[in-house]
Amino acid sequence: MNDNQSLNLLDRALGLDQQSRTWPLSGRVVLIEDSVETTASFVLHHLIKRSLSSNSSNVIVFVAFANPFSHYDRVLRKLGCNLVTQRDNNRFFFLDMLMLQCPDGDEGKSEVGLVSLYEKIRKTISLLPEDKKSHVTVMIDDISLVEVAANGASDYVLDFLHYCHALTSEFGCSLVTLNHKDIYSNTEMPTFILQMEYLADILVKAEPLATGLAADVHGQLTVLNKATSLALGSSRNKVHNFHFKVKENSVEYFYPGSRG
Amino acid sequence: MQYEDIFQNPNLIKRRSVMKKQCTKQYSKTWSPYLQNSQIFCKARVLSLVAATETPPTMAETICRTLRDGGLDGEHAPALVIKDSVASPFGLDVFSHVLTKLSNYILAGKSQSRGLVVVAFRRSPSFYVNLLKERGIDVNHKWVRILDCYTDPFDWKERLNVKEHSQEASTLSSFCKDVRDLDKLYSSIVELGKGLIGQEKGRFSVAIDLVSEMLRHASISSVANLISNLRSHDQVSSIFWLLHSDLHEVRVSTVLEYLSSMVASLEPINATTIGQKGDLENLSLLEQNFRKGKFHVRFKRRNGRVRVMCEELHVELSGINFTSVSSEDGIINQRFLPKVQFSLQLSEKEQTERAKVVLPFEHQGNGKPIQIYDGRRSISENKNEETLVSTGKLQTDEDTGKGEIIYFRDSDDEMPDSDEDPDDDLDI
Repeated sequence: MNDNQSLNLLDRALGLDQQSRTWPLSGRVVLIEDSVETTASFVLHHLIKRSLSSNSSNVIVFVAFANPFSHYDRVLRKLGCNLVTQRDNNRFFFLDMLMLQCPDGDEGKSEVGLVSLYEKIRKTISLLPEDKKSHVTVMIDDISLVEVAANGASDYVLDFLHYCHALTSEFGCSLVTLNHKDIYSNTEMPTFILQMEYLADILVKAEPLATGLAADVHGQLTVLNKATSLALGSSRNKVHNFHFKVKENSVEYFYPGSRG
Repeated sequence: MQYEDIFQNPNLIKRRSVMKKQCTKQYSKTWSPYLQNSQIFCKARVLSLVAATETPPTMAETICRTLRDGGLDGEHAPALVIKDSVASPFGLDVFSHVLTKLSNYILAGKSQSRGLVVVAFRRSPSFYVNLLKERGIDVNHKWVRILDCYTDPFDWKERLNVKEHSQEASTLSSFCKDVRDLDKLYSSIVELGKGLIGQEKGRFSVAIDLVSEMLRHASISSVANLISNLRSHDQVSSIFWLLHSDLHEVRVSTVLEYLSSMVASLEPINATTIGQKGDLENLSLLEQNFRKGKFHVRFKRRNGRVRVMCEELHVELSGINFTSVSSEDGIINQRFLPKVQFSLQLSEKEQTERAKVVLPFEHQGNGKPIQIYDGRRSISENKNEETLVSTGKLQTDEDTGKGEIIYFRDSDDEMPDSDEDPDDDLDI
């Protein structure tokens, strides 16, 4: 399989290079943090591509708050993955939440919208055949927009995330979320993002270079991979750091100083 | 004579090498007893360090023993709060460690408590069942119950009519459908505990895996009330809980620390600001913090005495390890100890030789007038040295076996008795 050769630094950092029968991210929570200067949506694209690759039987439940299906379809097509086909094969479920607006008003109402979203996700998973259930990846493309949809009731969003976390232990699926770190930078106690970091097993941080803008390097990724005691056998608690350059059809990952 | 010639003069070279050899011989004869003595001292120090680290239990062990021993009648149960932060996120590891130890004690019948109630907010009941099983502990409903505040804490599933998967852990756990109601939570914990010990007179322990989660939905006063009630319940033997301290105001964690008799706080080894744009130096610090942390424990005695101790915590594949900070050197020394090439014992002969050595500048009290060296050389000494240098032979008291310290003045030293003012060139 030439798949092994095409593994890049990001795959290794996420632990996708492990030889195991189950999906390496199964039962784990991945949090991707980015900022205005350095968007990390390419990590999300990369994970979609890897999950839907021909030699895995993964299913993705994609909860879209940021972009419509056509956007992701175009991006993934460039990366060599046809989302329409995958959708038709019941491997890619797209939940369009762009227009989700939780009812305003009374305290507790915004919970309703999130409960129904949770119901949708859960239903999608439970309708899958039994052997596929543990190969599900739930992806939420922008948590900050979930907060917006919930009228800023971040506690309900945390409740929602808790239930998504519970899915990982119930079905053994994985949860991948993206959030923007810098929107919380001004608050004295960024409780929300900290809560998310506590939930995460793998934290992927995309940051601009400390030295400023560069033509050949678009930013750096820091991947903190915590292993729970359940995932014995894999090496515990690793930190990876590398630079990236986003190209038209691919993303290059390389160690600092090894290029440009 | 040219300057270089001095160094190439064969006579001089020969004389110098002879002198060097004799000096070395004399030096080692004179000083080796002291050297060996100091090695013995070093060895003793190393051994005492090693012994000091091996005999007393680690602080984590002390904590577990305190929880095991429980409380006296009519007194509050011992309580432990484990505090961590994002910079050093090993709280759950420490929690699991304490949980396993206490479970072992309960199963072995060594502890005051007869059973354990785990209140699971952060992890699923099956996580704890697997954890205990992995560590070779027999998990059954006779001694452990799990209050499941994880699977459906806000009643969402109930509303959606979701059927629960029946898991192995479900025989041990019971659901808490609304974690916001702390009174109900309290009564379910006590109920589960009483169910464990039955009608007998006995006590149980309580473990709450994340109080921070409780604080999201309830005020600090009601959470404090719950914990305080549990502590003073006469059937609770000990209680411990986990807190992510950076999620709350200082006030909140202080309140919870007041409620506990032991505080174990995890701090990063290096204080880095995670939010900073990471440069490489920062990264290595981050990596260190990700593998180990400082483990501070504060014990509060009944009489008000407070003891603070610090250890280091290492995260490893099989779990976590604690090492006392001072033992770090001890371990390093121990590792190098077998590589030491010289003997650390003194033979009898060496001991008598050592006793005979006249220490430099030591007043011998043998009747001779005390001569304190004042930097000048007497004429006889001068003569003596001249003969030494010219014959290339050292006159030592070989017969008596007495050691002697030979001192050659450097040739370029200024003569001490010159009339010139040494500070003449000073421009004040």
